[in-house]
Amino acid sequence: MIAILDPGVGNLQSVTKGFSRVGAETVVVDQAAVWRDLVQGSKDEIEGVVLPGVGAFGDAMFQLRAAGLIPVLRQVAREGRPLFGICLGMQLLFGSSQEHGRHMGLGLLPGEVVRFKDDMKVPHMGWNDLDVVRTHPLLRDVKVGDYVYFVHSYYVEATNRDCVLAAATYGSVSVPGVVGQGNVLGAQFHPEKSGEVGERILHNFVALCRAWQTQREAVQ
Amino acid sequence: MLTKRIIPCFDVLDGRVVKHVGFLNDRRDAGDPVELAKIYSGAGADELVLLDISASSEGRLATRRVVEEVASQTNIPLTVGGGVSSVEDVRSLLLAGADKVSMNTSAVRNPSLVKEAAHRFGEQCVVVAIDANLNPTMGEYEVMIQGGKVGTGMDVISWARRVEKLGAGEILLTSFRQDGTRDGYDLILTRSVANAVNVPVIASGGAGRKEHFYTVLTEGKADAALAASVFHFAETSIREVKAHLKQRGVSVRWIYQ
Repeated sequence: MIAILDPGVGNLQSVTKGFSRVGAETVVVDQAAVWRDLVQGSKDEIEGVVLPGVGAFGDAMFQLRAAGLIPVLRQVAREGRPLFGICLGMQLLFGSSQEHGRHMGLGLLPGEVVRFKDDMKVPHMGWNDLDVVRTHPLLRDVKVGDYVYFVHSYYVEATNRDCVLAAATYGSVSVPGVVGQGNVLGAQFHPEKSGEVGERILHNFVALCRAWQTQREAVQ
Repeated sequence: MLTKRIIPCFDVLDGRVVKHVGFLNDRRDAGDPVELAKIYSGAGADELVLLDISASSEGRLATRRVVEEVASQTNIPLTVGGGVSSVEDVRSLLLAGADKVSMNTSAVRNPSLVKEAAHRFGEQCVVVAIDANLNPTMGEYEVMIQGGKVGTGMDVISWARRVEKLGAGEILLTSFRQDGTRDGYDLILTRSVANAVNVPVIASGGAGRKEHFYTVLTEGKADAALAASVFHFAETSIREVKAHLKQRGVSVRWIYQ
């Protein structure tokens, strides 16, 4: 079972449907109490966590905080449970953002979220090819030149390029498209809207989750 | 590199996709929206646009059931329009599975709706549809509402700039004069709007041949081209259009072997 964190805005249909197309069950977690109930004791069936997100960075952090989900995300990152941020959800994994002022993020990955320069069409909207720069199980069967669907006005300037697994070139900017460090993963584009390539990535994330769950059960 | 998008459009009336000639003329049945959505997603469509064409005039919101069914069958972005007149309407369509919501008449009547929707759900999901018609008295393209029936006296360029400021993430620009003619897109209109704003512009109205897509995406400076009947009646296919674009050096998402 994959937990999808949604503290507010609520347009999760695409994400839940995307996971159901690749055969994964999902549960929506909108507050810490729901999470605690799900992971209590021996009945913890949560194999991985997805952090989607639309709207503004500051609002999203505010809502996560109000729902008590920030400590949950920190715990998930610490214990090695696979965590996948999508679009704004990926940006939230980083240190800070310049979207409408300066906001602190979760700081699970090193980098800052900045706006595209005004000489480019913003949002960066549409299908962009991916340059896969690192081999990673999340990108299994994803090739250089595969197209994925982006919609965003801000992008991550990663302090450590080692965590950039795939990038997309938009104008003169190399936009981190897929990021990952240990169990903390993210995609700037929408895999749930990226046709078959996106479904491969969702499938790969589910496989990582199952592997983690199996490993955890073996230890217990 | 960001590719140019090819977007089939479904005009939905009573749960069926209809093909129409001109804004006001006769309509013919073009099929079931769910079946067509599956076919087009598989055929390489980059997005789908679903417009409930009678919703606005009947004072109701686009049929949720159709939106839900289409959304569940597609793994590409879906824009829905028709009768959106409040922030609650936007939310309702997003919950039904739309990725973007398009507004037209209601944005003209209540521009703050664009701003509120962008603030609440993000600019990326707010599309403002502009129906444009050359008004000889004004000497400019005029913004039309209510399916092209009513003129507003506003010129298209100013309105496009204004909705961008209000938070529209994309503009769906339809040429009233060209729509249904299959004579090609209105290049002057499209180019002038694309040059005036910094958000993506989808050109609509007039597609008849693959060459029309090429001209509107190059000379017309559009970011995406929308078409309905030319695809529904298989006069050309998405693959054929994309092959033509690719061959002439336009970057497209190529999913074929």
